[in-house]
Amino acid sequence: MTLLAWGFDGLLLLGLLGLAWKALNSTDLFSAIALFIAFGLLMALVWVRLEAPDIALAEAAIGAGLSGALLLAALARLRGMEGNVTSNTGVEEAPNNIDARLVQWLSAILLLPVLFGLVYGVLSLPGNAVGLSAEINANLAASGVSNPVTAVLLNFRAYDTLLEVFVLLLALIAIWSMGSIQFNRSIETIGKTSLETTSSVLDTLVYLLVPVLMMVAAYLLWVGAHAPGGAFQAGSVLAAACVLLLLAGWPLHRLLTAMRLRLLAVAGPVVFVSMAAYSLIAEGALLQFPPEHAGTLILLLETVAALSIAVTLAALFSGGQGQHE
Amino acid sequence: MIAVIDLFSVLLLIAGAVFFLAGTLGLLRFPDVYTRLHALTKADNVGLGLIIAGLALQAESWAVAGKLVLIWLLVLLAGASVSYLVANGALKRGIRPWKS
Amino acid sequence: MQLLFLAVALFLLCTLIAGMWRVLRGPTAADRMLAAQLFGTTAVAILLLLAETYDNPALRDVALVFALLAAVTAVAFVRRAWPEQVDDRSD
Repeated sequence: MTLLAWGFDGLLLLGLLGLAWKALNSTDLFSAIALFIAFGLLMALVWVRLEAPDIALAEAAIGAGLSGALLLAALARLRGMEGNVTSNTGVEEAPNNIDARLVQWLSAILLLPVLFGLVYGVLSLPGNAVGLSAEINANLAASGVSNPVTAVLLNFRAYDTLLEVFVLLLALIAIWSMGSIQFNRSIETIGKTSLETTSSVLDTLVYLLVPVLMMVAAYLLWVGAHAPGGAFQAGSVLAAACVLLLLAGWPLHRLLTAMRLRLLAVAGPVVFVSMAAYSLIAEGALLQFPPEHAGTLILLLETVAALSIAVTLAALFSGGQGQHE
Repeated sequence: MIAVIDLFSVLLLIAGAVFFLAGTLGLLRFPDVYTRLHALTKADNVGLGLIIAGLALQAESWAVAGKLVLIWLLVLLAGASVSYLVANGALKRGIRPWKS
Repeated sequence: MQLLFLAVALFLLCTLIAGMWRVLRGPTAADRMLAAQLFGTTAVAILLLLAETYDNPALRDVALVFALLAAVTAVAFVRRAWPEQVDDRSD
């Protein structure tokens, strides 16, 4: 049994390293994306083997699912832009070998301290660290949930999650601030050109899959209180439903930039911050929940955060501000 | 009685593994997209189906068995639709089916 | 029984790693994407086997999410990122 487990872990590790190397080393962008999707799959298996099913769930939803779709859509837009760039400037940028070499060496030199820092960090860890799990288990009853990971993420260290929600919002603002990018083909028509007419098979898939995705998102949100799951996992599954609708040609672009969906995108951060401010005044500490209401507050927080995360991720996929008309 | 169920489980799991092996061999050895698609669906539909059947026999409750079957149905749905979309797209892009 | 579950999971991981060759080789974009699709199904099977081996029901949820999201990536490929020019370099 142990031997088999060792074999499994060894093979997983080799496969992971091989995929990472090939993905970084590939000159063809599409191959790199396909390898990255496979890398996400193996990464989720690694998290499972490290007994971190919460992270495996997030990796399955984001790493293997959404970011694959996001990268593929980005590649399609790059292809759409390439022709435009050359026709505008008229000058093709010749790849300069010396410059490329210089950049490589510079980044290698800059990365060395990072490497040393990491090695130092790993070596300076105490050999028999007990971690904080004993303290967490002792205080779990006061957190309002029975899943220790959710207790840490939304109660003991809720400001971590608060900042993560803001990171997503910042990413969306960054993408929207790119403004209108003109493509030589409009985004709406990429994927719906002469080759892709409406397909009844795709429509059926969407009709069947989207309700299931929404149900699973609700299930993950609910199960997060006592088992692996939670706002990020639920939000990304819900975002996947939106992405599927967008891909099938549903006109969600306009909805996603409309005021109500902007409001939805900021709802999570706003509720989080107002709760933090309230607890600071009422309880005297940032994001300190009274134990008797903690469960309800966390569920409320997670529901709003999941909706915001879903809308933000879907808007990231949909890309630039509604300039496609 | 339990031993008989275990035996069935073992047989189903091994059969499923064989189908996954066949699917991978087909993916590696077949000459074009369409034939590889054919090999792939064997692993998707039958391989996973047999493995889930083997696991469902060992499941501790009906709820777990139901969840396993739901996962299989979802993979079936996705696999069948994606196979059609890929084959259709390949034909429209002028990738010719392989002839010996 | 646990031993057999783990053995089958290890075997499936071997087939998955072998399938990597097709992702690397191509030749067409569809081939790479199909291989990644097969990886998804294999990963679902591995996760279900591991769930039974280590008696961890949370892994079935991971498998469920995998099964759901594999389709999203594949549809994104077919609808968006599949180049329209003929890349018929099949061997």
